[in-house]
Amino acid sequence: MLANVTLLLPELVLFIGAMGLLMVGAFATTDATRVIEYGAISLLLIAAIASWLQGDTVAQLAFGGSFIVDAFSAFMKTLTYLTTAVVIIMARGFMQNENLARFEVPVLMLLAAVGMGMMISANDLIALYMGIELQSLALYVLAAIKRDSLRATEAGLKYFVLGALSSGMLLYGASLIYGFSGTTNFAGIAQAFTVENGILPLAQVVGMVFLLAGLAFKISAVPFHMWTPDVYEGAPTPMTAFFAAAPKLAGMAVFLRVVISAFPDALAAWQQIIIFISIASMVLGAFAAIGQTNIKRLMAYSSIGHMGFALVGFAAGTEDGVAAVILYMTLYGVMTLGTFACILSMRRDSGMVEQVKSLSGLSQVRPFMALCLAILMFSLAGIPPLAGFFGKLFVFHAAIDAGLYGLCILGVLSSVVGAYYYLRIVKIMYLDPPADEANDPMPRELSIVAGALAGVCLLFFVYPSPLIDLAASAGQALIDMPAPDALLTGLFEATDAR
Amino acid sequence: MDNLLLETYIWPAFLVAGHSLLILVALLLWLGFFMYAERKIWGAVHLRRGPNVVGPFGLLQSFSDILKYLFKEVIFPTSSNKAVFLLAPIVTLFLALSAWAVIPVAEGWAVSDINVGILYIFAISSLGVYGVIMGGWASNSKYPFLGALRSAAQMVSYEVSIGLVIITVLLCVGSLNLTDIVMAQQTVWFAIPLFPMFVIFFISALAETNRPPFDLPEAESELVAGFMTEYSSTPYVVFMIGELANIVLMCAMTTILFLGGWLPPVDVAPFNWVPGVVWFLLKMTFMCFMFSMVKAIVPRYRYDQLMRLGWKVFLPISLFWVVLTAGVIQYFGLAA
Amino acid sequence: MTLTALAFYLFATVSVASAFMVISARNPVYSVLFLILTFFNSAGLFVLMGAEFLAMILVVVYVGAVAVLFLFVVMMLDIDFAELNEGFLQYMPIGATIGLILLLELLLIFGASTQLVSQSALPQATPEGMTNAEAIGRVLYTDYIYYFQAAGAVLLVAMIGAIVLTLVKSENPRRQSIAAQNARRREDGVELVDIEPGQGL
Repeated sequence: MLANVTLLLPELVLFIGAMGLLMVGAFATTDATRVIEYGAISLLLIAAIASWLQGDTVAQLAFGGSFIVDAFSAFMKTLTYLTTAVVIIMARGFMQNENLARFEVPVLMLLAAVGMGMMISANDLIALYMGIELQSLALYVLAAIKRDSLRATEAGLKYFVLGALSSGMLLYGASLIYGFSGTTNFAGIAQAFTVENGILPLAQVVGMVFLLAGLAFKISAVPFHMWTPDVYEGAPTPMTAFFAAAPKLAGMAVFLRVVISAFPDALAAWQQIIIFISIASMVLGAFAAIGQTNIKRLMAYSSIGHMGFALVGFAAGTEDGVAAVILYMTLYGVMTLGTFACILSMRRDSGMVEQVKSLSGLSQVRPFMALCLAILMFSLAGIPPLAGFFGKLFVFHAAIDAGLYGLCILGVLSSVVGAYYYLRIVKIMYLDPPADEANDPMPRELSIVAGALAGVCLLFFVYPSPLIDLAASAGQALIDMPAPDALLTGLFEATDAR
Repeated sequence: MDNLLLETYIWPAFLVAGHSLLILVALLLWLGFFMYAERKIWGAVHLRRGPNVVGPFGLLQSFSDILKYLFKEVIFPTSSNKAVFLLAPIVTLFLALSAWAVIPVAEGWAVSDINVGILYIFAISSLGVYGVIMGGWASNSKYPFLGALRSAAQMVSYEVSIGLVIITVLLCVGSLNLTDIVMAQQTVWFAIPLFPMFVIFFISALAETNRPPFDLPEAESELVAGFMTEYSSTPYVVFMIGELANIVLMCAMTTILFLGGWLPPVDVAPFNWVPGVVWFLLKMTFMCFMFSMVKAIVPRYRYDQLMRLGWKVFLPISLFWVVLTAGVIQYFGLAA
Repeated sequence: MTLTALAFYLFATVSVASAFMVISARNPVYSVLFLILTFFNSAGLFVLMGAEFLAMILVVVYVGAVAVLFLFVVMMLDIDFAELNEGFLQYMPIGATIGLILLLELLLIFGASTQLVSQSALPQATPEGMTNAEAIGRVLYTDYIYYFQAAGAVLLVAMIGAIVLTLVKSENPRRQSIAAQNARRREDGVELVDIEPGQGL
């Protein structure tokens, strides 16, 4: 039992801490929002360190095999918790200015982070579903947190309804899989379904398709992306930043984990699905973003496109491919957060602005902000030698190794199309005349975040090996999972020990 | 083959039907006299005589009332939803009566002694709210509707603490079976060690059955007669009987959970000669008397006070007692 | 045909039929009432499987609490049924197509599959020598503690969410202080003054 608790430590710290902070907020006589924000940030840092320290261990199971800790989960969790912490830092000023500074916000973000950790470590359909629901429910509330605004409530409701639909599909798939395999454990599922004469059991395929459809909703991959632009546009900007970064990391992690550990033999089946999702997302992300005038909406399509690129690596189905996805998601998180730090700085005397055209001539008014945003845009477009280029390089490399030439060609083409709208923003900032009303100076914490993340994108090529090595070892941990038999034996030993 | 069919299905079915019929008749008779007794008790408290005309000492008053209602015309309010309007009282009565299927009035004297008896009763009694809410809605009239809303909120709220009280009892027993619950009280009735829970249960039972001082759903000064405003004749009397049956059910539940069911107060000579069913009925009578006395002497609560009592007083106390009981049982190793 | 099979078909048919009525009833109040009927019949199916504890909990939680609140809300909504049904025909073809595809898939799976898990491999609702409630109790807080706590966390988030999104803090709430009321004595509030006639206070 104690071993179980040690493995769960990062999530326990966050969950118990969140409840403590909730109590502080509820019973404090004065407004404790500030204190709770600092508390939430430090809890996330502690949890990030705790998960980082779990990285060296071999795969370990807890709670009867429903919770797994390995190098992959440790890496993804560290990343997710750090992302959440950065978002809380970024959100502070905005929430204060918009009168949304309520102590429940950081608490809900902490609880969403717990859900993400549970998703990343899920090794069982029930644990997976619980994690997803915990995360999603908190996110629905955060989307609608500006409850007096019609757009925000609409965003929250849309997110909720479509999220519930996706959960329904996920559960439908999970119930089929459970019904035909008799277990919810990933290793057990992998063992129960075996390929006979090259033919997959139909139940497995249908169940898997539904499961993947539900998960594709969470990472907003086409054709399950409909909610993304509206929710990104309607939700308060810091929450949009949160939606664009942390849940995507966790969603992609769980996507990888489910497919690789529960359906290792069904490569042919899921490869087709992933290739389709990937192409559709890349193409839609590239073309639909062109006409957007609202920068948050534009970022929504951008994130759809990036999910497509990340999935290119996954479609390869190799260890390199998985490592490339992990690397891609890391860099995507860095770029997205940096971009949103700049978007959060788009403030005039009259209030926040979200239109792309209001960036006009920014380089003359706020050169630093324009520079950061320009670097991030170049990086998002994948222009060498910035970080985004390396992300794309690795995923395409993995796909070419796996012989997926058509996918790569389409990917590169849509990357070229996508570059248009990223570069258009740079053009507006540097070549257009300044807007009538000058942009306010960047708040200090936002300029630090944006500067640091833009710096990472710019200088990634100087010393990329640590991150690449980490991604590689995380990918290896996921692919080289102990054989299902070994995991199941471990499961029974764990039960006996109790 | 025929013989097998007869023995496996038909004969038990007859037996169950016979048992049920017996319980029903006894219950309805009890309800008739309970109604009479209540009015006599209120009369005594108010220093008046109460019913004393129909039959000796007015004993047949309830039956004459019921007959009177049955012979009146059924009135449906305009644009009421007739199906639901009629369904509501039937649901109430049906639920109140069906709970009696598992009540053991003496050792082995239950139509069905199921494993999850207490949960069954809890489930059935938590459904009682449907009759009220359906009746209030189908009447298509504002007072009944407001009454129904009040009632729904009130019953759901108090169910929570009733559930927790039941859990404390279950912790002491270690079984959900009603017979087991009674037998576990051979040394001491649960009313003594769990006295605060007994009080909470009794008060929650008042709220759950919409009895004064918690009769807000039918508060005549505010809502005419609440959800029953539009009812008349047979549907009305069915509603009334259903409500009364619920009250008697709550008395029976209190008896089983806290007052040792059919067990005598002390297991010595003159007491244990008396058959268990007599003890059970005596205890139930006592609880019914308490219900009547509360109605006679306690003024009505305000609605926000009612909610406060349920959520802010009873819920924490009963939650605390669940933890305390579990702790004591675990610490002293009393688990059954 | 045994009585159990008969009961199964009864419960199953009624629950499917009433589930259909939930989505096809014109009046949302009827929908909720049919939903309740569906819950009841599902509870009946649980009883047939030997999971009587789950059956009762289903009735207590879903019928006794959740559906009551549903009904509560639905009754208060002022729904224009004509408007509600306006889009129905428009979306019906695509909805029906998706439904048909799902149905065909299910039929295909059950028709083609040779991998149906045998009954004996699945855990029994009532293991030897203990009641259903006991069997659940033995695993719920030990083997499944993680799921149990996770479900608790989900409910906590739901609760926080409901409060955050709906609670309006009024500027100057006039709360009743029961303690202060009870602590008040007659001397604090009443002063007896002897007033001479014609003098006033």
